[in-house]
Amino acid sequence: MDELKDIVLKYVTEEYLEADSDPITYDSPLISGGIVDSFSMVSLKRFLENKYNIQIPDGKATPEAFDSVNKIAVLVREFVKA
Amino acid sequence: MSNIGSYDERAKEFSWEISEKELGYRDGEIINIGWYCTDRVCEQGKASKLALVWEGHTGAEKRYTYNDIRLASNTIGAFLRGLGIQAGERVCLFMDKIPELYLGFLGILKIGAIAQPLFSAFGDESLFVRLSNAETSAVITQRKHALKVRKILDRLPHIKHIVIVDHDGVSPVKDREVAFSLEKAGPVERLDIYPTMAETPSVLHYTSGTTGMPKGVKHVHYSLISQVLTAKWVLDLRDDDIYWCTADPGWVTGTSYGIIAPFALGVTQCVMDAGFSAEAWYRFIEKRRISMWYSAPTAIRSLMKAGDEIIGKFDLSSLRHLASVGEPLNSEAVVWSQKVFGKPFYDTYWQTETGCIVISNYPGMEVRPGSMGKPFPGITGTILDPNRNEPYPFQGKIGLVALKFDWPSRMRTYWNNEEAFRKKFRNGWYITGDRARIDKDGYFWFAGRDDDIINTAGHLVSPFEVESALLEHPAVAESAVVSKPDPINLEVVKAFVTLKPGFTASKDLDLEIMNFVRKKLSPLAMPQEIEFVDSLPKTRSGKIMRRILHAREWGEEIGDTSTLEND
Repeated sequence: MDELKDIVLKYVTEEYLEADSDPITYDSPLISGGIVDSFSMVSLKRFLENKYNIQIPDGKATPEAFDSVNKIAVLVREFVKA
Repeated sequence: MSNIGSYDERAKEFSWEISEKELGYRDGEIINIGWYCTDRVCEQGKASKLALVWEGHTGAEKRYTYNDIRLASNTIGAFLRGLGIQAGERVCLFMDKIPELYLGFLGILKIGAIAQPLFSAFGDESLFVRLSNAETSAVITQRKHALKVRKILDRLPHIKHIVIVDHDGVSPVKDREVAFSLEKAGPVERLDIYPTMAETPSVLHYTSGTTGMPKGVKHVHYSLISQVLTAKWVLDLRDDDIYWCTADPGWVTGTSYGIIAPFALGVTQCVMDAGFSAEAWYRFIEKRRISMWYSAPTAIRSLMKAGDEIIGKFDLSSLRHLASVGEPLNSEAVVWSQKVFGKPFYDTYWQTETGCIVISNYPGMEVRPGSMGKPFPGITGTILDPNRNEPYPFQGKIGLVALKFDWPSRMRTYWNNEEAFRKKFRNGWYITGDRARIDKDGYFWFAGRDDDIINTAGHLVSPFEVESALLEHPAVAESAVVSKPDPINLEVVKAFVTLKPGFTASKDLDLEIMNFVRKKLSPLAMPQEIEFVDSLPKTRSGKIMRRILHAREWGEEIGDTSTLEND
């Protein structure tokens, strides 16, 4: 189990997924799959920054970097370590 | 040679009869957009031609010929008629960009009902005000969006049916719900097309107002005449084009130029139902051999941000003509497009209320990067002096963009709001709400909005609506909403908030309020920034002065503050 990924997965599921939607996995496409749009990405970024007390520069907050829970975990770890 | 040929020649000798003749329409005859987009194209010998190629985010693909869309729209029309839906009733389409959205739109029009497309990301409150105002009879939706309808159903007595297009048909449906599957329904070969006339209502699109709730813009079947001709002359659509309009039919571009015009012209169009990523978009163009691409400045700026290197990975040589809509296209984007695609994006200007492109750059006419272009032939546009409500007698002065309101696809009124409709006119001119200037050669140059409406990524957001939603949050005492500059979306929503006693500003509260508005209204109405303040600037009579906050965000002069409280 990966706690960071589970936290992000739970947050995305609760905040962005419609109730009757199929469940998502760590690899589900969030942005390209239309689950999180570019506007909602701002609130997801804010959640990550608040939760992990980090600052993700806008240049790093790309649709590609936010496109799955796995990718988000890589991004967050980069800043948590720093 | 482009379809329009010479803009100047066309402008000199113009009549909408050009379009009427091409469509075989004569004054006083039946005109039904659903029929024109399907049956007529089949009668022209294009029944087996591809009409729609749909691709989902997983890469799943569906293909429909013109005969397929004729049958599918018949099937949906017959199903709705079987439910008792009558001509003139409003039927809402609340779906992602799935084929049923496009086919359902045509089916609704075929039976003379009014199509009311709504963006599937709308939250329940945004949905409620629009369905309530339109007194909508039926909603066509997907399982995953039905919950939002269920949440507000008690307050919507006019809704008789909720049609779920992806229901398994086995598990029980809830109150007023009915399952429908296009695949399982037998194709309906013959449908009695409702004899709609030129002024019969066709489409109801909702747009944001400055002070009140969203307004339903009523269009009629005769809109087809100008939608088709503008698509031909501005988008330069040709019979052998593979066309991609990136707009969602929840917005007017997605219906006027994402359904009506391309289908009526018998063109093959492609739809991608997936979120944005530069790689996915370029791959789509390459795979589908897109030749005409109609997109939006926000998307173009996002592609610019993704860099030029990625473009080299794809074969984009199929692109023949590019156009843009929704917000001003900055000159850098036009120059970039010329550099990387070898052709410029042609900026087009119009609104939900205009129903079709009214000011534009045209193939064959010099593109001046950053300019809106010139009025479409047959449409009279000017810049009004806001003090006299008369056109400026000289060029170069910034004023109100105004139009003579006389082309076929102009709105006929705001639904149940004739007063708001009347307020759009001054001295016989339709006031767009935008400001611009005209240069010595007749090109229009956008200068900004003339009201508080926020144009974010080409979508209009009402500050009033966002402020109202904010006030429903238990922590919020007062709110003021303005735009702030954004390099990708042109502008985004910013909220200033005072808190009720007992609440303290924090990062968590900030996020909670953002999400509250997102779910209630929509992601694009969600404030991208919330500033907690002790008080808001108000007039002595207590009216919040958004103008001051706006000026601060944009680094502009604050102007007259003589009425400011505590000044």
